[in-house]
Amino acid sequence: MHGGLASSTPPRSAGGPSPAEKPLLRFITCGSVDDGKSTLIGRLLYDADLAPDDLIAALERDSKKHGTQGDDLDFALLVDGLAAEREQGITIDVAYRYFATGKRKFIVADTPGHEQYTRNMATGASTAELAVLLVDARKGLLDQTRRHSMIVSMLGVRHVVVAVNKMDLVDYSQEVFAAIERDFRAFAAPLRFLSIALIPLVAKDGDNLVHASEKMGWYAGPPLLSYLENVALDDNARVLPLRFPVQWVNRPSHDFRGFSGFIAGGNVKPGDIVRILPAGRDTRISRIVTSDGDLAHAVAGQSVTLTLTEEIDVSRGDMLVSPVSPAEVGDRLSAKLLWLVREPLAVDKSYLLKLGTKTTPASVRKVSSHIRVESGLAEPLSDASATLAFNEIGEAELWLDTAVVCDPYADNRETGGFILIDRVTNETVAVGMVQQSTWTERSPRNGVEASYASMEGVPTPPREAGPTPLRSLVKALSWRVPGSLVTFGAAFVFTDDLRVSAAITGTEIACKIALYYLHERLWSRFRIGMKPTDDAGL
Amino acid sequence: MSVAAKTLGHLDKLEAESIHIMREVVAECERPVMLYSIGKDSAVMLHIAMKAFYPSKPPFPLLHVDTTWKFREMIAFRDRRAVETGMELLVYSNPQGREMNIDPTVHGSQLHTQIMKTDALKQALDKWKFDAAFGGARRDEEKSRAKERVLSFRNAQHRWDPKAQRPEFWRLYNARKGPGESLRVFPLSNWTEADVWDYIAREGIDVVPLYFAKERPVIDRDGMLIMVDDERLKLRDGEMIQQKMVRFRTLGCYPLTGAIESAAASLDEIIAEMRASRSSERQGRVIDHDGSSSMEQKKQEGYF
Repeated sequence: MHGGLASSTPPRSAGGPSPAEKPLLRFITCGSVDDGKSTLIGRLLYDADLAPDDLIAALERDSKKHGTQGDDLDFALLVDGLAAEREQGITIDVAYRYFATGKRKFIVADTPGHEQYTRNMATGASTAELAVLLVDARKGLLDQTRRHSMIVSMLGVRHVVVAVNKMDLVDYSQEVFAAIERDFRAFAAPLRFLSIALIPLVAKDGDNLVHASEKMGWYAGPPLLSYLENVALDDNARVLPLRFPVQWVNRPSHDFRGFSGFIAGGNVKPGDIVRILPAGRDTRISRIVTSDGDLAHAVAGQSVTLTLTEEIDVSRGDMLVSPVSPAEVGDRLSAKLLWLVREPLAVDKSYLLKLGTKTTPASVRKVSSHIRVESGLAEPLSDASATLAFNEIGEAELWLDTAVVCDPYADNRETGGFILIDRVTNETVAVGMVQQSTWTERSPRNGVEASYASMEGVPTPPREAGPTPLRSLVKALSWRVPGSLVTFGAAFVFTDDLRVSAAITGTEIACKIALYYLHERLWSRFRIGMKPTDDAGL
Repeated sequence: MSVAAKTLGHLDKLEAESIHIMREVVAECERPVMLYSIGKDSAVMLHIAMKAFYPSKPPFPLLHVDTTWKFREMIAFRDRRAVETGMELLVYSNPQGREMNIDPTVHGSQLHTQIMKTDALKQALDKWKFDAAFGGARRDEEKSRAKERVLSFRNAQHRWDPKAQRPEFWRLYNARKGPGESLRVFPLSNWTEADVWDYIAREGIDVVPLYFAKERPVIDRDGMLIMVDDERLKLRDGEMIQQKMVRFRTLGCYPLTGAIESAAASLDEIIAEMRASRSSERQGRVIDHDGSSSMEQKKQEGYF
């Protein structure tokens, strides 16, 4: 019975897309303590009839024990998962919830409001496409709201919804709502969100969550759930230039050498020329290997294994990039940092920096500014001993022991974000975003040699660079010109006809230049018969 | 070929994320292992591992912590899959527990889980000095799991501290740890039960036949349908073995896993039934109902 089933997979739905093919929206909810985030999610699941019956039964049980809503259901208990959280009635860590409606699949990260747990909130933000910011209608924008807006913007969230909650406590007033809207739009203007929407609601009663509120007829927009179902999302990762951080060298035998990784930008197909950074060498993609067969094309967001046409040394931490718009290589970074632990940043202390698949020792040479959460503006610091304390955001200069391949964070979230790790406690102490990078080693090739040498403790002899295509072309011409003169002379001697001789020579020039060029390029790929020193380091 | 030629569906994205997590851990840890619990999630995890490292074999063994109370069909399936995939399979049972003849129906589910699962797992990880263990747990399964990181750090005593988890950003996983410390890794964190079944159907993944409805011998105990899988299950007064069309939504130790009455004998029928279901997946698991936060407690003590 079962074997037959497993081997054949008949199409399940004859018409319409299968439920598995729905688009996915990852969003985050954040706000201050008691803004009612957990209540909002709980009520949303309940109203949309997405919470399983036995969980509702557990909710009824727990509401009596820990609930803060008297005899009513305390929807927050549906999502506050840790015992400590339910006892204290606060959210400590980000909780992920999964639900689907007819239109979309959703992953929601419900994040803590306490400033103390900002790092957990930032964790949720880093994988979200949209943020729902909760604001208490009575209180308007708080520093915590501004702080959360800053952090979600910093971590790459491009869409925000401001849920103005507890509208019942301000008599469903349109004026109060309009004032909050004005404040927020003014504050958020420099944060570069692609879309901003504000929705007035009462989470505990469900007003404007799933169903439009009858009490706020003045609000013409959609309720929260239908907004989330319909908001247009930008998936621009695949139109970016190719970025392929090499994660793992796949070498099952001597016959196969593949590079496994996650495509962090752009797209790739066999035959494409790619540049290997930091080495700076160009080569070609041979195959895109998967267990379901080779692919003709792969795009950002896929995990694949690539093989190259040449035998070249590529290791974890290297990146294959588009030669037309390559990534940057740098050992000095200016970056924004959010400090995540109680022990403040120590200037000049050696941390580990992890960016993409590369980890290197690094130190912060200088904190050049603090970013004020209320305004979002950078305040320059002249004090050389300036540092960052728990939950502070600032701009800093970092010096790296070895160069990394990166992009400004604004260009690519995957190749511009990094973390700092304490070398003793192994804690993640900071999250950072590259603004600019520079390479102190002028010549790329010198830089490569230096880093290999420092890794293996032995100096590496200079490598023989292969001929460049231009050199091959010039060689083809310098060989062809005297050759063709001889051909013309010989043809004239035999035919005594200038036109025929010229035609023969012309044809020969065209064909043989191309032939010679191809012949030379072909030979340049093979190392057979080359002196062994030329292979050193490869 | 045009740039937009291939649009990635939801399952494609989940698969790519899981593959990325597995490769990252293999690249950064010394001795990873994959906890193989034989259920549908393990089946999906193993399938993705075979893809992640292709054409190489996944560079880690499978570990099954055997409580000695698993369904017989699960054990047969486990051994067959190990042979088919060519993966090394390690099986470990707590020797003290075996000596004590731990019986969940006699000693209770809590003690059984503690000795035969939690302790056994810690012993096995210590025995082979594994520093990272992949598990098939998903965040949608249970409230405390909903809070857990993809890479979940454990101290040298295998304890989880839910109040001090490492932050985790983008796709940047911090896999660094001190001697004796280890990681639990959940590549399927963001999958839901529906995703798992949709993926099993799409990829044609083999799963234990117990998931499909069939006439099986069951008794009604404490409101749950318990399958009589061998002679160790002692009938209590008034209990009677009945033949019923049943299947399992999750698989664990047979005396602790409730069956559901169902006629769903094919993948399509299972998926349709799941979509119409009004109850959560782990409802049939006794160990989850020892108190509202019992899973969190077990996890702190080292349970997966």
